[in-house]
Amino acid sequence: MSEILVLVEHVEGQVKKVTLELLTLARKLGTPSAVWAGPGYSPEAKARLAEHGAEKIYVADSADVNDYVVAPKAELLAQLVSEKSPAAVFVAATAEAKEIAGRLAIKIDSGVLTDVVGVEDGLVADQSIFGGGVNVRSRVTKGTPIVAVRPNATPVEAAAGAGAEEQVSVAVSETARSARIVERVKEEKGARPELTEAAIVVSGGRGVGSAENFSIIEKLADSLGAAVGASRAATDAGWYPHQFQVGQTGKTVSPQLYIAAGISGAIQHRAGMQTAKTIVAINKDPEAPIFELADFGVVGDLNQVVPQLTDEVAKRK
Amino acid sequence: MNIVVCVKQVPDTATERKLRSDDKTLDRDAADGVINELCEYAVEEALRLKEAHGGEVTVLTMGPDKASDTIRKALAMGADKAVHLVDDALHGSDALGTSYALAQTLKKIGFDLVVLGSESTDARTGVLAAMLAERLGVPQLTFANKVEVDPSAAKAGSGGSIAIQRVTDYGYDRVEASLPAVVSVVEKINEPRYPSFKGIMAAKKKPVEKLGVADAEIDASQVGLANSWSEVADFAAAPPRAAGTIVKDEGDGGAKTADFLASKKFV
Ligand SMILES: Cc1cc2nc3c(=O)[nH]c(=O)nc-3n(C[C@H](O)[C@H](O)[C@H](O)COP(=O)(O)OP(=O)(O)OC[C@H]3O[C@@H](n4cnc5c(N)ncnc54)[C@H](O)[C@@H]3O)c2cc1C
Repeated sequence: MSEILVLVEHVEGQVKKVTLELLTLARKLGTPSAVWAGPGYSPEAKARLAEHGAEKIYVADSADVNDYVVAPKAELLAQLVSEKSPAAVFVAATAEAKEIAGRLAIKIDSGVLTDVVGVEDGLVADQSIFGGGVNVRSRVTKGTPIVAVRPNATPVEAAAGAGAEEQVSVAVSETARSARIVERVKEEKGARPELTEAAIVVSGGRGVGSAENFSIIEKLADSLGAAVGASRAATDAGWYPHQFQVGQTGKTVSPQLYIAAGISGAIQHRAGMQTAKTIVAINKDPEAPIFELADFGVVGDLNQVVPQLTDEVAKRK
Repeated sequence: MNIVVCVKQVPDTATERKLRSDDKTLDRDAADGVINELCEYAVEEALRLKEAHGGEVTVLTMGPDKASDTIRKALAMGADKAVHLVDDALHGSDALGTSYALAQTLKKIGFDLVVLGSESTDARTGVLAAMLAERLGVPQLTFANKVEVDPSAAKAGSGGSIAIQRVTDYGYDRVEASLPAVVSVVEKINEPRYPSFKGIMAAKKKPVEKLGVADAEIDASQVGLANSWSEVADFAAAPPRAAGTIVKDEGDGGAKTADFLASKKFV
């Protein structure tokens, strides 16, 4: 079967879940080859990729690839596309990987599809647009299809692959070295999963009332192993950092479970969460539009309902 | 410093957005056109950089005639002049075609710094700024929540340095580069100003240059729907969600929610 390149997402040497999803998806359509860009590659990483079906692993683990914004990774993929002539290139639909995909598309003169939620035979991609309001099926018509797939779109299935390693040397061009990363600042977020990758997201809105009170949202999230999100009203008020904003101008999430507490459900918030599989809403206003989306809703004061829920979840563990 | 800020007109997110049944492109008549919100942050950042370092802010828009409303809005905020890339040949261009058309125009009009919003609320691809940097061969400084330009960059063409904070999943990266460069900004970078009455009046007299495909030396075989790199096969409105169970909290709302979560195997 034809080769599909899968760009590996990794943080501190750990392969992210979305990459395992991409490998699972690629296996249904061809033979996945993982592409590791940047430092941190290890035998554990190799094992994880092979366990999820990577037949080959192309390793370009020089620091160079990571020290400049986006461009070196696009060069690496362009080089692999010209050497290996794959049937497609899959990346995660994260902000950075979409940018890599965009630059790659220009380099190899190929079409790119972003925010894909499924890929069928013939590389026809399902996309959810206008904040989940419209479903589109599209395909690339020129070059090697580049497909950016959203986290949580495919359930991970293990399947052994050979995991044959191949070192790749990239000569990062002068132009690709023009935006240098001089410092990486890590902000404390505790042990919570990443917002866009999390299987469960618990979000708070204006109804939470204050920055301090977000601790009740965090406690519920921690009891469920969830990520914390926020509405724009909450980030605008400075109660929670902007990178956790869900919605039209924040992150798009598609978790298995989304819990919205003190969020009215404005169209711009829904745009970031309405493709969640299950939605639970807690709001004191029975008319709040969020209830139109909810599989389960409680009309009540989140200051009562959320702590009780946290206790109940802990009890049932 | 010669700053060009790219702005886009998008359908208002508060109205129902649709695709056209004939050519499966965005139905621009179905919804009111407004300036893409993140573009307002881009205009504001451009104006602040001009106020700090001198120079000129040019608005660049690609879009149909009615996008001139969006241009006026940016001019009313304080931009000096505008270029409107408008041509039927551009209709339906995808991100590759759009980035090509804008890059050609930018080469023609010249720039020290290009500023964009990090994504548009309609397409939401978030790739345009990266594509422009690729096409123009200049540094990509995208997803910035802070931009600092060295004063020596104040005079057009003198180069100079620029640094940004690039928002990441874990915090931010500090990125440095030389001008010319492409910057994209995120929502919380600043507080966009409202156009004043004076600004609105002045905007009516500011120059707006209309360029067609030929004027901008755009190869028509690289733009437009028929020349896109991808196509929409079909589309449908997402099916509505089934109605859920809503309960009133009688002191047991948390417990009932836990029951629901247990029934779905989340706990
Ligand atoms: C271009 C554009 C982009 C936008 N992008 C985003 C975006 O990315 N994300 C986003 O979220 N919004 C976005 N918005 C803003 C959006 O329109 C709403 O203003 C915002 O989502 C409201 O947040 P909220 O639901 O927290 O606040 P509100 O709408 O004020 O709702 C608060 C809710 O909390 C309930 N409540 C209050 N107290 C309690 C209590 N004690 N217990 C239980 N419930 C309580 C109230 O009944 C109410 O329903 C955008 C707007 C525009 C114009």
